[in-house]
Amino acid sequence: MIYALVESLRLALGSLRSNLLRSLLTTLGIVIGITTVIAIISVITGLNQAFATELSSIGSNVIYVQKFHWAKNDWSLTRKWKDIGTDELEAIQRGSRLVDKAAPYVVTVRRIKNGRLSIEDAFVYGVGAGDHEIRGASPAAGRLLLRNDFDSNRNVVVIGWDVAEKLYPQETPIGKPISVAGVRMQVVGVLDKRGSLFGSNLDTTITMPIGTFMKHFGRRRMMTISILPKEGVDPLEVTDELRGILRRVRKVPFGEPDNFAINRVDVLQDLYSKLTGGLYAAMFGVGTISLLVGGIGIMNIMLVSVTERTKEIGIRKALGARPRTILLQFLVEAVVLSCLGGAIGTGLGFGLAALIDAISPVPAAVQSWSIVVGLGFSAGVGLLFGVMPARRAAAKNPIDCLRYE
Amino acid sequence: MSLLRCVGLGKTYDLGTQKLQVLREVDLGIEPGEYVAIMGPSGSGKSTLMNILGCLDTPTSGRYELDGEQVAGMNEDQLADIRNRKIGFVFQTFNLLPRQSAQANVALPLVYSGVPASKRRQLALEALQAVGLGERAGHRPNELSGGERQRVAIARALINRPSIILADEPTGNLDTRTSVEIMKLFGELHRAGNTIILVTHEPDIAEYAHRVVRLRDGVIESDAPGMGKS
Repeated sequence: MIYALVESLRLALGSLRSNLLRSLLTTLGIVIGITTVIAIISVITGLNQAFATELSSIGSNVIYVQKFHWAKNDWSLTRKWKDIGTDELEAIQRGSRLVDKAAPYVVTVRRIKNGRLSIEDAFVYGVGAGDHEIRGASPAAGRLLLRNDFDSNRNVVVIGWDVAEKLYPQETPIGKPISVAGVRMQVVGVLDKRGSLFGSNLDTTITMPIGTFMKHFGRRRMMTISILPKEGVDPLEVTDELRGILRRVRKVPFGEPDNFAINRVDVLQDLYSKLTGGLYAAMFGVGTISLLVGGIGIMNIMLVSVTERTKEIGIRKALGARPRTILLQFLVEAVVLSCLGGAIGTGLGFGLAALIDAISPVPAAVQSWSIVVGLGFSAGVGLLFGVMPARRAAAKNPIDCLRYE
Repeated sequence: MSLLRCVGLGKTYDLGTQKLQVLREVDLGIEPGEYVAIMGPSGSGKSTLMNILGCLDTPTSGRYELDGEQVAGMNEDQLADIRNRKIGFVFQTFNLLPRQSAQANVALPLVYSGVPASKRRQLALEALQAVGLGERAGHRPNELSGGERQRVAIARALINRPSIILADEPTGNLDTRTSVEIMKLFGELHRAGNTIILVTHEPDIAEYAHRVVRLRDGVIESDAPGMGKS
């Protein structure tokens, strides 16, 4: 068997070499198919890695109680819903057994400045006690907001890294004044650098007690309650418990849908999987069609080859080749032809991925296992579409073949 | 015991509306070391007989024994193996693979009997030397003359030490001088102990054989000693 395979391989390579241009053109469909598959696998893997990195920068187990759902909203209904407020917060803090910490925050975009230096669109957060712990915030300099700041609604802020760099380039910001939309406050700390998430910079923020925020910027704002579940609790259980509490406090009648949203980072993951799912579908579509076209191309050229080589088949059979041996010869030739396309496609796919990575913002990470995918798929296509021509060759009658001119 | 024995051999082609009986009741025995010419005009059934003797085809009636093996009723794989081991074909049109060297062409039957590549090359070279083409081993068929091509084909026919050499109009595509050379080569092979069956319609080629079997309308018309010219 191995002997027969080696012999068939030897023949196939010889035959491809003698028809090099034809062979290369035949494999074009396979090349395109495999290139697409490899490039898209690389892009998806790149996106996955980038997403995972970004995701790990926000606490992935934090649950957000909000008015709006992150992924899907029926705006006509959502508009009428009551805002989330302190009632809900207190109900959760009082009633939940599975929640470790719950804290509210509100956010707005305002102009902040120090002397003549200013930032037009800084994210201004008003947070409740516990928010720092939920976010896992830690100070790079100075301190975080303390109990006392919350209790007496003091005009103190903790600023993000970029704010510190832009507004206090030459000096330490700790203890310095800062103007937030015209209100004078005092900087007490600088947060660790966080980087950016989904394009928004987490370092262009300033954070103050929620009471201070409401005093100066109004109470009627959409509040978000961040919730850190107790360690080791199933997030689904926490969600269920929160739903119960929220439905009670918001007096949602039995049978009515929720008029609030419980957002988890998993929801983002779902959203993300939908996106990559689309990419996978595109890959599947383009890949399948090209491989199909490529496979038909190979079948076609193999049929031509079988006819062209009728005489050769006759000679081989007369000299003692069994039908199975002839079958193997043509099958191996189809597979080798297809794998040639697969190899070229793999190379081009890697090149394309590297190019995408270099010239576009889409990250692409080439995967060595995709070589196996590329060659495996092309070998499969060769096998599938090579069977018919090979069987035809094997079934030929040696007498007719020898007479064929 | 005969090397080759046909008893009541018949071949009928079913053409749908009618049956075409190409061979009927052919009885033929050939002993080891014989040099037999099978003659007959076209349509006499000699090609069909040759195909059956060469195990390329099976008879529809009668028996055919080759070297003690019953060939009628064998399946394709068995026939392929018999062709590989027991029969050396020499064709009118040489039937060499055009893209392969003379050496590779000669080695071809060895591929199907499972001989390793290095051994194949060595045996093929020896076979080419035996027909006086040792120098041309690396040439492709289109770089060889007609006579040389037929010598390559003869070397290929001999490579597996077959029981019979079956030559179908081996000089049909050659000029007279070259034909004589090739027939001399067959004479040498015969003297070396090979059994040769020559299918031809040319009387002056049949003269080289030691026995001449004439076929007409699917039956043996005559079976007589030949001139044995050398």
